[in-house]
Amino acid sequence: MIDLTRVKPYGDTLNDGMVQLSFTLPVPYGDEAKEAARQLAMKMGLEEPSVVYAKDLVGFTYFILYGRLIHTVDYTKIEVPKVDVDVMSKEEVEEFIKDNIKRDIVVVGACTGTDAHTVGIDAIMNMKGYAGHFGLERYEGIEAYNLGSQVPNEDLVAKAIELNADAILVSQVVTQKDVHIPNLTQLVELLEAEGIRDRVILICGGPRISHELAKELGYDAGFGPGTFAEHVASFIVTEMVKRNMV
Amino acid sequence: MSKLNLDQNLINSSRKAAKKIADDVQEFIDEHTTTSTERAIARLLGIDGVDEIGKPLPNVLIDNIKEGGGLERGIAYWLGNAIVQTGDSPQEIAEKVARGELDIIRLPAAKEEKIQATIFELAQEGVERIKANRKKREELISTLGEGNKPYLYVIVATGNIYEDIEQAKSAARQGADIIAVIRTTGQSLLDYVPYGATTEGFGGTYATQENFRLMRRALDEVAEEVGRYIRLCNYCSGLCMPEIAAMGALERLDVMLNDALYGILFRDINMQRTLIDQYFSRVVNGFAGIIINTGEDNYLTTDDAVEAAHTVLASQFINEQFALKAGIPEEQMGLGHAFEMDPDLENGFLYELAQAQMAREIFPKAPLKYMPPTKYMTGNIFKGHIQNALFNLVSIMTGQGIQLLGMLTEAIHTPHLQDRYLAIENAKYIFNNAKDLGNEISFKEGGIIQTRAQKVLKDAEKLLNQIAEMGLFATIEQGKFGGVKRQRTGGKGLDGVAKKDSGYFNPFIQLMMGGGRQ
Repeated sequence: MIDLTRVKPYGDTLNDGMVQLSFTLPVPYGDEAKEAARQLAMKMGLEEPSVVYAKDLVGFTYFILYGRLIHTVDYTKIEVPKVDVDVMSKEEVEEFIKDNIKRDIVVVGACTGTDAHTVGIDAIMNMKGYAGHFGLERYEGIEAYNLGSQVPNEDLVAKAIELNADAILVSQVVTQKDVHIPNLTQLVELLEAEGIRDRVILICGGPRISHELAKELGYDAGFGPGTFAEHVASFIVTEMVKRNMV
Repeated sequence: MSKLNLDQNLINSSRKAAKKIADDVQEFIDEHTTTSTERAIARLLGIDGVDEIGKPLPNVLIDNIKEGGGLERGIAYWLGNAIVQTGDSPQEIAEKVARGELDIIRLPAAKEEKIQATIFELAQEGVERIKANRKKREELISTLGEGNKPYLYVIVATGNIYEDIEQAKSAARQGADIIAVIRTTGQSLLDYVPYGATTEGFGGTYATQENFRLMRRALDEVAEEVGRYIRLCNYCSGLCMPEIAAMGALERLDVMLNDALYGILFRDINMQRTLIDQYFSRVVNGFAGIIINTGEDNYLTTDDAVEAAHTVLASQFINEQFALKAGIPEEQMGLGHAFEMDPDLENGFLYELAQAQMAREIFPKAPLKYMPPTKYMTGNIFKGHIQNALFNLVSIMTGQGIQLLGMLTEAIHTPHLQDRYLAIENAKYIFNNAKDLGNEISFKEGGIIQTRAQKVLKDAEKLLNQIAEMGLFATIEQGKFGGVKRQRTGGKGLDGVAKKDSGYFNPFIQLMMGGGRQ
């Protein structure tokens, strides 16, 4: 019987704790390298670690290991901040706008700063959408403006003011060395300086973005991997009604 | 030979339309120059370094003539005149301008023949240096040998050139043939090329001449060690396209991303600026023996790989014609495409095979650059590794030239050391295990693969003839490529475009295009 207060990984038997991992060490291939990997695994809390594969990468060694994890977590005490909204389908969102907002809403989105990777913002905003989920451009009742890549925060704010935007979407894909943090923060500051922070729903998204991080940076919501247009749209329209932005 | 039964008349008609498109634009190009073209000329004439606030001297010099209203005549004229009048070298002149001691457009004008003779002599030195690099490459390849095609192409992107070097050497030891140093995010929009060795970049490393030199030296060393010439690749795109080409030619790069339309569509660089810039950059790349890689794969990240397949082919035809105009032989045309169809698509592998085989048959001599799946990589590294395996299988079956290896951790982070090893192992396994598969099979007449390729060709031919009718500028304004719309006067860098006056000359066009290749 599973004890949810003491959960550990499942390999082929409950509570065997089996974990697979792989990494590289900057040491030459050999028995010493394998022993180093094994000792590291033990320090990670793996019992009986076994190096099942080691490859000489000339001056480096790559390992694949298995081991039994000694740690457990209390699953019953876990709390994850989540975007709190009932996700509607595209049609339901359109209906919701018609019934509750009674006008077209304006959404402006961009990849800001130096980020040139538009895959995320395109998936949410462009007509085509992603994996069969249409983007916001195709929603009746939503005027969607995708400004594309490397948009300076200043330009995004100017465009949001010009279009009287209800929501701003910011995509950040490049997060190496946390380059996205100051950029996301600057946008909040600009919106506050312009006195329009309260008038827009501000959302960020990207593979390394969580709702928790977004809230911490002063955003209304953050969306990570696996997000489709309807998630974002549901949040926007619900929040607009909640904040009486109709 | 043809496995696809493609209609040669459609291929001919496509080429003819693409030529008309390029001819129309070339007329415009020939009448104009840009700040970045002039800065590239300055670099090829031996100007390098920065002023006391770190501004590159080529920028100092070109800003000087631009502010004085002299951009229309070109830097070769003004510099030539300054040399005649002062007796200084180009570098000394640039340094004096930087210190505010000299304003080169206010000097008395020497005789035009004298100016030209002076500049052509200097230009010849730059040309000789590039020619020597070409020879050196050929020598190294003939003594060391090189990898089999498809060349295994991997990227390094640590942001720190010294770290990049370690990763590049490691990749070469694993079997990589081409090392591309990804540029830091945002460099394409800088209207200057940073200077010196750099250790801080995001998602990549600054392209600087010193970084080129350091990586070149490291790859030459590791090439001796592994007994195989290792090619170096960088990104000749963005606002400084011609300058990057000049630097690459001087430091013996071997491969350059160099697309005629990419900057317009995906970096929102002004279309006039990019089209003028791409021309001189390609003249330099062509002369330097550098394989250019075009960026059609990018269309498939913003548009659908099945529906937009014909736009990729149309763009390959256009890129081919622009490359020919700049004197790039087919053997140096790494026309791009990609394995980007939705993995859930029924028979998607067959469509990918059709597209790759079609490109092979239509551009038989080009070292086609084949890009891996990125759009449908999910973070499931195990499935990703299989997607890359299918991609590798298509490549070996269709004789691609340059294989940009897919990383199983695509969509997660820039590649880790082991990701590159796993990618190379994957490709080598499949390239060896299925080496002659392509020669052993033919495709069913009227089957899925033939029908698909024939349809894509037909659609591309139609599109090309529409573009030829409408003109390239208008086509881009309507969003026909990658689903991206751009305005003729929109985007970045238009202020760097100038109409040439009657006294304009660029010595390198003549020297590099005029049979100086031998």
